[in-house]
Amino acid sequence: MPLLELKDMSVAYGRIEAVRGISITVEEGELVTLIGANGAGKTTTMRAISGIRPISAGSIWFDGNDISKMKAHERVLHGVIQAPEGRGVFPGMTVLENLEMGAYARVFKTKAEHDATLGRVFELFPRLEERKSQVGGTMSGGEQQMLAIGRALMARPRLLLLDEPSMGLAPMVIQQIFKIITEINDSGTTILLVEQNAQQALSRSDRAYILETGEVVTTGEGKALLADPAVKQAYLGVA
Amino acid sequence: MSTETTSTVAHLGIGDRFRLWWDALARPTQWAVGVPFIVLIALLPIIKPPVLTTVGTDFAGVLAQFGMYALLAIGLNVVVGQAGLLDLGYVGFYAIGAYTVGLLTSPDSPWNQTDSWLSQKWAWLFALPIAIAITAISGLILGSPTLRLRGDYLAIVTLGFGEIVRLLADNLTTITGGGRGLSRIAYPIVGVSESRPTGYFSAGNNQAPITSGVAWFWLSIVLIIVVLLVVGNLQRSRVGRAWVAIREDEDAAEIMGVPTFKFKLWAFLIGASIGGLSGALYAGQVQFVIPTTFNIINSTLFLVAVVLGGQGNKLGVILGAFVIVYLPNFFLGRTELFGIPINGNEIANYKYLFFGLALIVLLIFRPQGLFPARQKLLAYGREVYVAARRAALALTRPTSDETTGGSR
Repeated sequence: MPLLELKDMSVAYGRIEAVRGISITVEEGELVTLIGANGAGKTTTMRAISGIRPISAGSIWFDGNDISKMKAHERVLHGVIQAPEGRGVFPGMTVLENLEMGAYARVFKTKAEHDATLGRVFELFPRLEERKSQVGGTMSGGEQQMLAIGRALMARPRLLLLDEPSMGLAPMVIQQIFKIITEINDSGTTILLVEQNAQQALSRSDRAYILETGEVVTTGEGKALLADPAVKQAYLGVA
Repeated sequence: MSTETTSTVAHLGIGDRFRLWWDALARPTQWAVGVPFIVLIALLPIIKPPVLTTVGTDFAGVLAQFGMYALLAIGLNVVVGQAGLLDLGYVGFYAIGAYTVGLLTSPDSPWNQTDSWLSQKWAWLFALPIAIAITAISGLILGSPTLRLRGDYLAIVTLGFGEIVRLLADNLTTITGGGRGLSRIAYPIVGVSESRPTGYFSAGNNQAPITSGVAWFWLSIVLIIVVLLVVGNLQRSRVGRAWVAIREDEDAAEIMGVPTFKFKLWAFLIGASIGGLSGALYAGQVQFVIPTTFNIINSTLFLVAVVLGGQGNKLGVILGAFVIVYLPNFFLGRTELFGIPINGNEIANYKYLFFGLALIVLLIFRPQGLFPARQKLLAYGREVYVAARRAALALTRPTSDETTGGSR
């Protein structure tokens, strides 16, 4: 049984369908990527999985349960956690307060458990520990992205949704973020990643789906897609 | 990066400086400073300091009105400042509070209860919790359908709500008395004596030193402190954290697991109850309600108090309310200021013009208000705040990792 399964899911904005009947599965422990051009429906798909955008047809299954009608904040309790596009860091809160917000819905049994989770985040992102009393809105793009991912980890995700973590970042920072994403995945967290940076994303993914105007056009193993001539031409800028 | 943080420390406003100073004080010192300060404020209408006092109108009456506006500002601040929901029809709750007391205790009202189960003497006091409850319910009724809207759409709907309440009061003539209003509303009958045949709180009591204005001002100070304690505790709780998150980014808050709709409704309900409390005070003090008091201009004025004082800052909005109430009354009846002849009454008449201009200037140059809320909004209590302050001071010293930027 896959951890996440989208069955013929459609999402519409008014009469315009942004996502048209896509079916996607993510197995426990996998790192799966959705790639596609602007307007392909990637972010809409992520918003629908998180529950902040209602779906118009089809269904979303998580861990064997139909969560299509479940409220966004309830999905968080089941472990569906997203680091949203554009980072969505709370600009007026400090780094530490942002991280604590990430654990808002999570009940820590002991203080030690809380400290261990926070320690793990700081271990992945030492930068956040240095900056922990700085206000979120004054941080650089890379730091905000780290904070968004760190905040999502505070909730102990069973499925981590990352929406364009590389957006607007310098190449060196992108490298670093992807390294950490792989590390998170290696330690057992299932990840669904949305990316435009196909090179980085595909080379690190178990599997990938390519979206075009709201539909899945190709799917396969990450590295296999990297070698696919059509993919190369469309997403990697190779003629 | 560190240059940025350095400058934020250098640019600490009055509010932040005050907070740093206050938070650094020990608890007993806070009491030792706070209590005499409140007593001093309470004694203002009796001392009548020559610089502050008003000439054209009773100073105590002005302060009593300030007390009510301060409550309104605190209540509206919960909605606008803390949860970030723009409510332009807040006057509606003020009206519902005032009319509930009016309808229950005025002999003009068909629902007057003072001759049945409400005792004449305690009628106002009994009507008070009923007024608060009914306003809370009206907040729930307004909030449940409309809080699905956001931003400007919510503002428009609430604007409509304020007008609906006023128009109902104006047109349900057989119940509310329409434009004639409801008179002889009950007030607390306390301290009846020969010189004050109707007690301290009666509008007819102008026996110095404790006139009706002073009595109502003192009562409102007590209520303000109670409300501040409640709101302050909420702010430091999970509810307060949820409000901050909703205000900063509603979608992000929802995917952090915050039930945003529920907490927005709570903010509305709490804000409405405080507005209803203030309305009940108003009805008791003036002993008379008419629909024109609750027009849209007044609703805007409440919002001006909140924006002027600094959204999200409880004490700031109280100062905002003071400015809104005090300034027009200060000019009323004045013929000269610093030796310059002025027509104070005219200036007071144009208060909406001046407040409008002041608001525009403020929003251009200081959009966060005169006394903005601190940047660190969350609620870890004093310890963390002091720790954060230490960190901020440490940042003023140059750090070695300056050059590594975000790439480390």
